[in-house]
Amino acid sequence: MRVLAAMSGGVDSAVAAARAVEAGHDVTGVHLALSAKPGTLRTGARGCCTIEDAHDARRAADVLGIPFYVWDFAERFTEDVVEDFVAEYAAGRTPNPCLRCNERIKFEALLDKAVALGFDAVCTGHYARLSTVDGRVELRRSADDGKDQSYVLASLTTEQLAHAMFPLGGSTKAAVREEAAARGLSVAEKPDSHDICFIPDGDTRGFLTRRLGEQPGLLVDDETGAVLGRHAGVHEFTVGQRKGLGIDAPAPDGRPRYVLSLEPVSGTVRVGSAEKLAVTEIVAERPVSRIEWDGPVECVAQVRAHGGTAPAVAELVDGSVVVHLREPLRGVAPGQAVALYRPDPTAGDLVLASATITTTR
Amino acid sequence: MAYFDHAATTPMLPEAIAAMTRALSSTGNASSLHTSGRRARRAVEEAREDIADALGARPSEVIFTSGGTESDNLAVKGVYWARGRKRVVASSVEHHAVLDAVQWLADHEGAEITWLEPDGLGRVRPEALREAMGEDVALVTAMWANNEVGTLNPVPELAAVAAEHGVPFHTDAVQALGAVPVDFAASGASAMTLSGHKIGGPYGVGVLLLGRDVPTTPVLHGGGQERDVRSGTLDVPAIVGLAAAVRHAVTHQEATAARLSALRDELVAAVRAAVPDVVVNGDPVHRLPGNAHLTFPGCEGDSLLMLLDAKGIECSTGSACTAGVAQPSHVLLAMGVDRALARGSLRFSLGHTSTEDEVRELAEAIGPVVERARTAGIAGMRRKAEV
Repeated sequence: MRVLAAMSGGVDSAVAAARAVEAGHDVTGVHLALSAKPGTLRTGARGCCTIEDAHDARRAADVLGIPFYVWDFAERFTEDVVEDFVAEYAAGRTPNPCLRCNERIKFEALLDKAVALGFDAVCTGHYARLSTVDGRVELRRSADDGKDQSYVLASLTTEQLAHAMFPLGGSTKAAVREEAAARGLSVAEKPDSHDICFIPDGDTRGFLTRRLGEQPGLLVDDETGAVLGRHAGVHEFTVGQRKGLGIDAPAPDGRPRYVLSLEPVSGTVRVGSAEKLAVTEIVAERPVSRIEWDGPVECVAQVRAHGGTAPAVAELVDGSVVVHLREPLRGVAPGQAVALYRPDPTAGDLVLASATITTTR
Repeated sequence: MAYFDHAATTPMLPEAIAAMTRALSSTGNASSLHTSGRRARRAVEEAREDIADALGARPSEVIFTSGGTESDNLAVKGVYWARGRKRVVASSVEHHAVLDAVQWLADHEGAEITWLEPDGLGRVRPEALREAMGEDVALVTAMWANNEVGTLNPVPELAAVAAEHGVPFHTDAVQALGAVPVDFAASGASAMTLSGHKIGGPYGVGVLLLGRDVPTTPVLHGGGQERDVRSGTLDVPAIVGLAAAVRHAVTHQEATAARLSALRDELVAAVRAAVPDVVVNGDPVHRLPGNAHLTFPGCEGDSLLMLLDAKGIECSTGSACTAGVAQPSHVLLAMGVDRALARGSLRFSLGHTSTEDEVRELAEAIGPVVERARTAGIAGMRRKAEV
């Protein structure tokens, strides 16, 4: 196959490309330039858009002996990921930009271009397993539970997955690092990237305030309706957040308070006790499904990239997925994705569907 | 294999390799006072005289540097600092070595910049320069030949306008040397940038031709080896190789230009036959003989480059690189070309090793490549509906 390997400059995508080469594919490496103004030096371990990362990707391609190019997707990335991220926060939701980037950039903008240019697949260093059963593409969790990225890939359509290649799905991160060192890839010891690549200093709140300005509103006790304080904008909060609420007086019962909900139109942030965060029902829209919905489906629901899982029963109601959780989950925010899995300890949990959370109860 | 990127760098000439190789095996710092030093110094001075002779300059006007970028920086910053005036008049289609040096002076040294916009063919007009002149100008800089679109500027006329105001005129002639007749004295320029590896000489060596009466503050301080304007131990083998290349470039300029412009016309005709809507950029008359700068509507330059590269055909998106990212060319944008079209452009540049076979190779490949890149270009624009 003709394979386009997306190479971020990190160890995972480098080893993924190496494995694609070794499997006998005709591989070309591409680094996606996603930032309109790339930083020249990596700051700490963060970010994936620096000139240094492009250099690391190029060096990995040199070692693998494959052609390498840098493609400019900065405009698409800004439009489809960064602007979407800002707009979602402004609307009081909590987006996942990595998921969005997979959906819109790596497996849409890049994949479309790759296919048009004659490539059969796009290869990435994601930790997730792909298999084809009776002509249907299945997406499963990685063999490395700690690194599993199936959640941020679960919203890809069957068509997108049919052109995807995840060579690292069956490996652990530790094994991948060892393999990188054995292959002489200089990125073997490079730290993992964390957080959000377009917010290299990790200060999401500061980034959003710079973008959205101050939109003052009230912090309200969900139970009593009492005004507890003022804030500079709902975008500074996430459902489930405990720290940095700026409330002077403790709750009457002395227990910590959490953000329960955000109301962007009125600017109200409702806070309350931990129990009130517990969610037992999730409604999610725009589902991408890999199953036929003919009745309630036993599954495990996951509401964020790492952790946040609970056994559940899901059903399709009026085009939306309704998920009844058998155990409550906390910190479930509109805008997040819910991914549904069928547990399979042998082959890896199978992804059944993914949808965007609209309401919780 | 077909190499159409001679404007990026061209293979070294056999005589330059021979001269350089000989020099590499002999020791001697040209500033040393003993026999070996004097031998090295002699080689440098003979090279200097050769270069001066070939380019209509005096030997004392030849300043050896590490290449085009250093020469440009020395001319722009050095003359600006020495003249003590605020304004720099520069064409907006300069190479980044000039562009960014000028911009740096504005950002850090309080310089005021007047950018000279080119016409639609990429040519800087003397009238535009005349309008921009005034009392407070430190220097004027405008390149001889544009490295992207290949357009030639009327350098003697531009230099004459600057001279009317007593302002030094610098020209980056890196692409012009060997392609068109270049004579320092006749051009009227006060300073001229030249580079080794663009003319079949070695990398990492260049020249700033600098008039004796042009005040220039050094950028590199140290031993003052080059007229106290440039410091650093002289790279004798590179300088000797450069002199051989300059001599060759000037001696063969007319024949090379005739051969390359015919080959270039053949290339353009062949591409047009396969891709009828191809747009040829730059000045059709006043242009570098070996340059064809083409826009393929509906295509992304990086797609075209990759597809051609896979077929062993090497060219350039002819634009500045940041981490290897192809930006829409500032030259095309200044010429008034639409951003999307600017992104779909390729530079094919011919040189002394170019052959008709290479052009035939391109002629066969370009049709299907453009067709494929066009599909990809459209795919890039498409937005999938929400699922």
